[in-house]
Amino acid sequence: MNAVLFVEQTLNGLQFGVMLFLMAAGLTLVFGIMNLVNLAHGAMYMVGAYLAVAATQWTGSYLAGIVLGLAGTLLVGIVVEVVTLRTLYERDHLDQVLATFGLILFFNELVAIIWGRAALFSDIPQALAGHVDLMGNLRYPVYRLTIIIVGLLVALLLWFVVTRTRLGMLIRAGASNRSMVSALGVNIRLLYTVVFGFGAALAGLAGLMAGPIYAVQPGMGELILIQVFVVIVIGGIGSIRGALAGAVIVGMVDTMGRAFLKPLLGALISPTAAESAGPALASMLIYLLMAVVLALRPEGLFPAKGH
Amino acid sequence: MRARLALLILGLALLAAAPPVATLLNQPFYIDLLRRVMIFAIAALSLNLILGYGGMVSFGHAAYLGIGGYAVAILAQYGIANGYLQLAVTIVASALVALVIGAVSIRTSGIYFIMITLAFTQMLYFLGISLDQFGGDDGMRLAARSDFGSLIDLADSTTFYYVVFVVMVLFLYVIHRIVNSRFGMVIRAAKSNEARTRAIGFSPYPYRLAAFVIAGAMCGVAGLLFVNHTAYLTPDFMHWTRSGEIMFMVILGGIGTTTGPVLGAFVLLLLEDTLSGWTEHWQIILGPFLILVVLFARRGLAGLLPGGAARD
Repeated sequence: MNAVLFVEQTLNGLQFGVMLFLMAAGLTLVFGIMNLVNLAHGAMYMVGAYLAVAATQWTGSYLAGIVLGLAGTLLVGIVVEVVTLRTLYERDHLDQVLATFGLILFFNELVAIIWGRAALFSDIPQALAGHVDLMGNLRYPVYRLTIIIVGLLVALLLWFVVTRTRLGMLIRAGASNRSMVSALGVNIRLLYTVVFGFGAALAGLAGLMAGPIYAVQPGMGELILIQVFVVIVIGGIGSIRGALAGAVIVGMVDTMGRAFLKPLLGALISPTAAESAGPALASMLIYLLMAVVLALRPEGLFPAKGH
Repeated sequence: MRARLALLILGLALLAAAPPVATLLNQPFYIDLLRRVMIFAIAALSLNLILGYGGMVSFGHAAYLGIGGYAVAILAQYGIANGYLQLAVTIVASALVALVIGAVSIRTSGIYFIMITLAFTQMLYFLGISLDQFGGDDGMRLAARSDFGSLIDLADSTTFYYVVFVVMVLFLYVIHRIVNSRFGMVIRAAKSNEARTRAIGFSPYPYRLAAFVIAGAMCGVAGLLFVNHTAYLTPDFMHWTRSGEIMFMVILGGIGTTTGPVLGAFVLLLLEDTLSGWTEHWQIILGPFLILVVLFARRGLAGLLPGGAARD
């Protein structure tokens, strides 16, 4: 295994990790603050991707596509929260899982009715289409690099909002004691709606950035959703720091496993056995990791404080 | 209670009478449909044992459907079609898998339990996809149906129907007995108050694990029947939406009720069948229906029947 390939796969892992983080941040906040298990988070990712593709085609501008896609997902998120999820906060996890499972079916089918079942492909915007020379003969796509940078910026922004602003203070207070916060005169319902809406918008951002790399199709959200659950369980549910750490770990482990497990196994056992065992083990790797983490530290690596 | 029992017997009698009626009306399709429904009713019954009575929200119950399916299909691939042997292998394999999954999962609770059971099933799902010699991603045709001797011929649609019917009734009875035994009392006690259960001298862990293993083995049997029903095996047996579907049958019918899961399986699958007859986009109706049931029918359909509310 040579150094160039290794660096390239590290960057790919980071890029995947950053996408996972954008999804995980919203999911973990919603769980930490409202105690809501939201399977429909993947649907927001899909909605973001579709709205951005549609808006880009309609306006002809990639930038307008991003803005409209984000605003649209924010709006859809708020509507979903107000119409269905609001009544579920007090229910047990089982009810939440089932109701949001219903939302998944609804959104997947809605998207299939509007845009059809076939995958849409969107182009990488002209300005981000090229490659950059990083080291030696490694040429890395600008677009993937942009995703990494955007993701890290969002992480920084989130950290700032949660720890340094009034809104962040309310979010943290709401997570540790919601009735006290509401007794102090804060409109907790509005706070919940805002947090859910922005969580959805973050998922939408991940979705619209994913558009040019992966196929945009009904059900695309569920493929990533389960991996995002692995992320927040490994990181510790309700903790943004945990979500970031978990996302990078899962992104790296998954990417590295797919790239290097087969040759690695080939060196240990026979190459023919590695041929079939490698890919199987690679796709199971993150779930194995999660099982091990849960068995050793049932609260995750960075449990949220105040629970 | 008596009204419920009468309804149950009436329902079972109708099911027992279905094949001759369907044959008479020349509608063999309905035998197929009802058989599929009853196979899922068996899966839902087994999930209800741990979910409804034990409070363990397993989001990976379809795993055992897959274990049963793969056990039969792999044995058949190697020319071993003996149904009794396949049944034994299915039960042992799904019990072992449930033992491993349960041993790790039951140490956690709440959302973590939901996620870890989901994760294990995903592992098995991807394992299934990577088994290229056994169909891989596309799945494979079942080489031969399970052979239970000349008297019980699964290739005969009606005979197979009654086999499934008998297994379902048997499981209804067995679960009823388990739930009302001392063992079942401990499971239910641990669900309603773990601290008190410990205080009177029971450690819930081994009881929960035993229930988890029993439920896994039962669902494995449903897998054996299902692969014989479809005659085709795919990793989709273990897809996570399948787990969600089985879970929804339990909730829809009435969680923690004897017959609720059967009722739920019937209503959900017959509804799916009807809706998909109307429109290709039936899920857009089913999704909101699911949400409405969760929001408004909290006791499930069994709660609406005479003799109503579930006992906790």
